[in-house]
Order: sequence, then structure tokens, then C-alpha cells
Amino acid sequence: MTTTKYDPRVLKAPHPVPGAPDNWKRFFTFNTDAKVIGLQYMGLSLFFLLVGGLLAMVMRGELITPPSDLVDPTVYNGLYTMHGTVMLFLFLFPVLNGFNNLLIPTMIGAPDMAFPKVNAAAFWLVPVFAVVLLASFFVPGGPASAGWWSYPPISIQNPLGHLINGEFLWILAVALSGISSIMGAINFVTTIIRMRAPGMGFFRMPVFVWTAWAAQTLQLVGLPALTGGAIMLLFDLSFGTSFFRPEGGGDPVLYQHFFWFYSHPAVYVMVLPVFGIFSELITVYSRKPLFGYKFVAIASFIITFLGLIVWVHHMFYSGTPQWMRNLFMVTTMLIAVPTGVKVFAWLGTLWGGKIRLTTPMLFVLGGLVNFILGGITGIMLGTAPIDIHVGNTYFVVAHFHYIIFNTIGFGIFAGIYHWFPKFTGRMYYEGLGKVHFTLTFIGATLNWLPLHWAGLYGMPRRVASYDPEFALWNVIASVGAFMLGVASIPFILNIVSSWARGAKASANPWNAIGLEWLLPSPPPAENFEDDVPTVISEPYGYGLGKPLVQDENYYIRRAQEA
Amino acid sequence: MTTSTPKGRGGLPVRLVAVILICTLIDALLSYQVSRWAYGWLPVPASTAAPYVDGLFSLEVGIGSFIFIGCVGFILWSVIVNRAEKYDESDGLPIEGNTRLEITWTVIPFVIVMALAFYSIDVNEKLAALGPKVKYDVEGGLGPETSLVVDPHKDYGPIQVIARQWSWEFIYPNGVRSSELHLPINQRANFELSSLDVIHGFFIPAFRLKQDIVPGSVISYSITPTREGRYRLRDSQFSGAYFSHNQTDVIVDSEDDFESWLSTSSAQPLVAGLSPGTELYAQRLAQGDRGWATVPPAPPPMVNDPGNPNAPHDA
Repeated sequence: MTTTKYDPRVLKAPHPVPGAPDNWKRFFTFNTDAKVIGLQYMGLSLFFLLVGGLLAMVMRGELITPPSDLVDPTVYNGLYTMHGTVMLFLFLFPVLNGFNNLLIPTMIGAPDMAFPKVNAAAFWLVPVFAVVLLASFFVPGGPASAGWWSYPPISIQNPLGHLINGEFLWILAVALSGISSIMGAINFVTTIIRMRAPGMGFFRMPVFVWTAWAAQTLQLVGLPALTGGAIMLLFDLSFGTSFFRPEGGGDPVLYQHFFWFYSHPAVYVMVLPVFGIFSELITVYSRKPLFGYKFVAIASFIITFLGLIVWVHHMFYSGTPQWMRNLFMVTTMLIAVPTGVKVFAWLGTLWGGKIRLTTPMLFVLGGLVNFILGGITGIMLGTAPIDIHVGNTYFVVAHFHYIIFNTIGFGIFAGIYHWFPKFTGRMYYEGLGKVHFTLTFIGATLNWLPLHWAGLYGMPRRVASYDPEFALWNVIASVGAFMLGVASIPFILNIVSSWARGAKASANPWNAIGLEWLLPSPPPAENFEDDVPTVISEPYGYGLGKPLVQDENYYIRRAQEA
Repeated sequence: MTTSTPKGRGGLPVRLVAVILICTLIDALLSYQVSRWAYGWLPVPASTAAPYVDGLFSLEVGIGSFIFIGCVGFILWSVIVNRAEKYDESDGLPIEGNTRLEITWTVIPFVIVMALAFYSIDVNEKLAALGPKVKYDVEGGLGPETSLVVDPHKDYGPIQVIARQWSWEFIYPNGVRSSELHLPINQRANFELSSLDVIHGFFIPAFRLKQDIVPGSVISYSITPTREGRYRLRDSQFSGAYFSHNQTDVIVDSEDDFESWLSTSSAQPLVAGLSPGTELYAQRLAQGDRGWATVPPAPPPMVNDPGNPNAPHDA
């Protein structure tokens, strides 16, 4: 790679940066460059996507036939618990922090995060708790197997009576993950509030930054409740306290409040940045300004606020009194309003656009269609009488996979393809990308659409075996799941080979508007360094002919020459 | 928006309004059809709750389909009509928003979801399935002060429902114990739900009934079965190793058949009740106790009628 021309500023940086020789070594060090940390998060989390996916495929193998015949039911329980935990804490949160690290500083023109060392420490906690979590596969008795909700008393039964057991390691890993997320959240929120480029008022921030801010605010408010609940659970499990044990006067339902007070907003922590990605990409690939930018931006914080007061809808059948059900049903239904504002704004943006169906746009549109479906089933689940019937069945499994994979996962893939040239300096292969999209869309639909009906007919979730009348839906679902496994092949192939030998990317291959596209690809260590542009317009000024920053041509030229 | 087509009074092109109206009509007809299908996506309705739940579900499927078909149709239409030519690098119409439209699509969903919420509250109040929840001292057992109020003139019961890892036990007011739940038709039955170990879920899909059973509390729950038959009762809240086998049947009989079952059963000696987990756990031990750790199953409850786990169920 000696012929690669790189930005002369790259060489001045105190540590290796993109484009420099021995490029890869920096990913294995305590590097404080947000862009390196971003890629570290990305790489590690995509590895865990494969791990979590593999666990899921064993589960779908078990569920392809009604009886429990592939693995012991206790093993199945451990697998589904670890599948959920790995996907949430080792794939989704880290991959979104990857986006935050790559995009927040570059989009607001900051040289780096507010607290680079805290940022690096937050990242390096991820492999630490990953090891703790995966080690639980090898302790006597196996990993935690009470589901990712870890409801007591089932989670604190501890059959073998060992101090170090799967559940113990699980709680430890979740608590560490919480610490890592809080460190990240403080960093992101501070960076967004304090380090924006001159002229970038709040209503000139890209929507991704708005949504990341809204999401990280949720982390700051919600995580202490979960961490508190987890610590009490650990004490009940290991040290004989009775916070949640009925024998000692505790109440198991109390835990559910602690858990859902955070874990419902956690969904918004994950979906909000994806709304941000949708907003960024739909504008670029429709070549239009975002329809009602201010409404969309503010809707993020309305979702944050409402997201904090809906958690009891997970507990409609827990013995929750009627008045509480009614109250939380109303708040839950309200969330449809700001979410609807966003969806309609995206549709309005498509209207009369010049739509380009590149791989990222396909993933956005696919994700949007899935999100509308998942949102509608969400409304159904929000109404208590329906939830009393379909709660804790496969209808819920289908619903939240429509959100968490078919929307959030699609948004993540879209974002990876869209910003791949910016942060690696290479173009991806469009053909392989489209193969990846096609396989993913068909696989995901086969996997989760039929499971709605299984749930409506009364198939409970988390079962290792089921009555034969549910067989057909489960066979289709398993075929879809294996197809999703196959879909990862073109993705990996694309990413690896494009990064190694893809065509060199220009500074702005999509002809997009945004500060990150005024930087060279890949951006130098400190982004704009001390030559930060002054923002003079709202984002997404496609077709308006207004420059985004003062002396725009100077920055464009500078990025091209780099 | 600049356009040369004739304009209606609102400033929108007439042709556009016509197209929107026709599409809305088609969407409404399709959605209505889907909302009819929705009744077939649920198990046979067998309780007084079912018609309310099914009706609400059908309504939501209808509204949901209208939104889904509308939005997806719009996306597909945009992608086909507004697709850029291969080398077309130009921008789309620079529309930045439309406050009136944005307020409309804030207010309309608000009205729809609030209407659904208040209709659901109304359904909840009508069903009034969930009674009081009373905590009790697990060590001391149920005391007289924890007995739940049942209206003796209206409700049959209370039937005590006791959940264990992994078996169900039902105790009737006359002292009969069974592994399958027998209920008289068209009579509101009252249950006292309790668990001896972890949280279980009392879920009868045909009744549209689900209630978690929380250890340390007794929860009163009522439902009126309306259709004779044999229905599945499933544990719906994860309860450990043999969770998926923690299922039994609910048998809804005519008043006379139910009474005769009660009197025959009361003459039957107590035998070990249905407990598939016990058998599976014994198999596991015989095969060398492989797999990950689990607590052993609770001993099967002693019952007058252990039921027939192989009988086919209606739903």
C-alpha cells in the first residue's frame, strides 16, 4: 500500500490514522481517535452479530419440529437467553455507538469526542464484558437461562448452588455494559451540546445528531434503574437478600418495574439513531430536503419523553391494577403520534424526489416498510385487551423482531453501506450489496411474518417444544432464519474485499450535503482541525442552491486535494 | 408546487385529488376485507371476552391495513414514478415542508390512537376479569384475612389454581382436585391463582385470557366460558427447564355434565396428577443428567382426576 496517497495532515497525527501504513494495528490499541473507536465498535459488534445469529439458527433448528429433539430444553433456554443478550448488549448497543463515534464529531465539525479517554475506556469495556458473558457457557450448570428479562424468582433459583454461576456472570456482564453505556452517553451528550461547529445551532444539526442526542439522554435517565435492579437481583441471587423473593417478603413484580423502566426505553435508544439514519439517507437518495425537518427533529425528544412513561405496558398481565393499565395504555398509544410524524415526513420526502435505489436506499425503504408493519402490531400490543391475549406469545416475538432486526438491523446495514466510503476510503460493490439486501429482505420476511399467526393462535414465546398445529409457521420461519444466515456471506465478502481492494472513494461519492462530506475520505485524525467551517444553512438543502457552510468551495477543494 | 394542470379550490391539481380519492377508496375496501379475515386468525372464541377482543383486533387490523397499504403503496408508487434516470444527477423538488399537512398528520393519528385507547379502556371495564391481588406470607400460608371476595350469587368458584414447576392443579369448592380444568358453560367462573415457586402464566388462548401467577400473591380472576369443548391451557410466563411442557386442557361442559363430573370425581381416589416434566426429568437422569442445570420438578400434585393428556383439543 506504499502507493496510497494520504492527507499530509495524517502524518502529523500522534497515532496511526486511516490511510497510514500499518493501518490495522491501531484497532488493537487504546486509541482515543473517535473514528478508530467507531470502527472498533463496528468490527467487534458485527462479529457478535454472527455469534448471536448462530445461536438463533440452533434455536430455529430446534423449532423446525414440534417436539424438543435437537437439544435438551435446558440448553434451549440457555441459547435463547444468550441470543437475546448477545444481540442487544454485544451487537446493537455497540454497533450504534460505532455510528455515534464515527458520525457525531464529523457531522458537527468537532475534532473528536469531549472525553476521548473515557470514550476509549467505554469501548474496551465491551470486550471485557463479552468475555465475562461468553465465559458463562463454560461454568458448571451452563449460562443464564431465564431470558434476557431475567425475571426473579426463576432467575435466582441457582440449581447447583455455586457462587459463580451463569446468572451471576450474566448480571455482572449487564452491569458492566451499563457502565460502558453511561460513559458513552455522557460523552456523546457533552460533545453534541458543547462542540458544534460555529453557526450550527440546534436547528441546523443533522437529524442523526438529534436522534443520537435523544437516545443517549434516555440512556442517562434509564440505565441507573436497570443497574439498581441488577444489583438487587445479584444480592438476592448470591447473598441471601429478599428484594424480590416472596419467602422473605419481597415482591417479584418490583423487579419488573426496575427492568422495564429502562428496557422499554432501551428500544428507543436503538431505534432513534436508526430514525436518524433513515432521515439522512432518504434525503440524499431522493435528492430532496427533509420534509418538515423541525418537526422530525423535535419528535425525537417527544419520543424520549413518552418512552420514559410507558414501561408498564410490558406488565399488563402481571397483576397490574386496572387504573395502571389504562394510564399506561394511553401513554403507549401516544407514542404513535411522534413516530407517525417521522414516517409521514419520510414519505413526504420521497414525494417528487429523484430516487436512487442504491444498496443503502434499498435497506432504508425495506426497513421503512417493515417499521410500518412493526409499528402497527405495536399499537395492537399497546391496547390492553389485545395484549392480554397475544402478550408473551410469538406475536410479540414477531413484532419486536420486526422492529429490532427488520427496522433497526436494516437501518444499520443501510448506514454501514452509506458511510463505508467515508470512513474506509473505499467504495463497496453495489452488486454484492443488492444480493445482500434481497436475501436479507426475503429471509427476514419468511422468518418473522408467519410467526404473527403462530402467536395469534396461542403459541407462547420461549418454548422449546410446541403443539403440532403450529408446525407450518415454524418451518417457514426456520427456512427464513437459515436464509438470513446465508445473507451474511455476501455482506462479509463485500465489506472485507471492498476494504482491501475496492475502488478509492472520493470525498463525496453520493453528492451529499453534510459536514462529514466536506472531509476527505477517510477523514484525517482531527477532522477539520482548527479550520472548522461556519454553518450557514439548515441541513439537507438539496435543490435549494444554498451553500451549507461559508466558503463551501474552499472546503470541497481541500477535501478533494487531500 | 408549480404545475400546469387545472387546480381545485384548495390549490391542488384536480387530477391529483381524484387519484388520491380513488386510491383511498381501494385502500379502504382492501383493508375492510383484511379486517374480516382477522377473525379467522384467532382461535375459536370460547368466552365472553372473546367477541370484544376479536372485535377490537379486527378493528385494529382494519385501521392498520389501511395505513400499511396506503404507506407501502405510496412508497412503491414513488419508487416507480420518481426513480432517477441512470445518469440523472439533478435534485428533486425542493419542498421543505407544509405546516398544514404536518399538523394534519399529527392530529389524525392522535385522534385514532386516543379513540382506540378509550375504546380499549371501555372493553377492560366491561370484562372486569381481573379481581384484587392480595399478598400473603409464603411461610405461613393463606390466612383467613387473605380470602378474596367472590360474589356468591353470580360466580362459580372460587376454583383454586395452583401452578408449580411444572404442573397445574385445580381445586374446586367441593374439594375435588384435578389436573385438567373443568368449567360449566355460560357461568362466570372465579379463580384464585397462586404459584408455589416461580412466576407462571395462566393462558387459555380460546378464552383470550392471560394472567401471570405471582408467587407470594393470590390473584382473583374471572371469566365466563361460552362454548363447549376442550381447549389448551398453556403456561405463558417462562418458568424454567420444562416450561413448554407445562400445559394442560380446559374442558367446558354443560351444567349437568359438569355436575356429574364433579360428583364422580369426588368418589375417585387421589392419584399422581399430570406432570410431563417429572417423566422428562427422569429420562434426563437416566441418560446421564446431560444438559445445563435445572431444579428438579416439584412432585406431581395428588388429584382425583388426572385427565387425559392425549385427547385432541379444539384450540
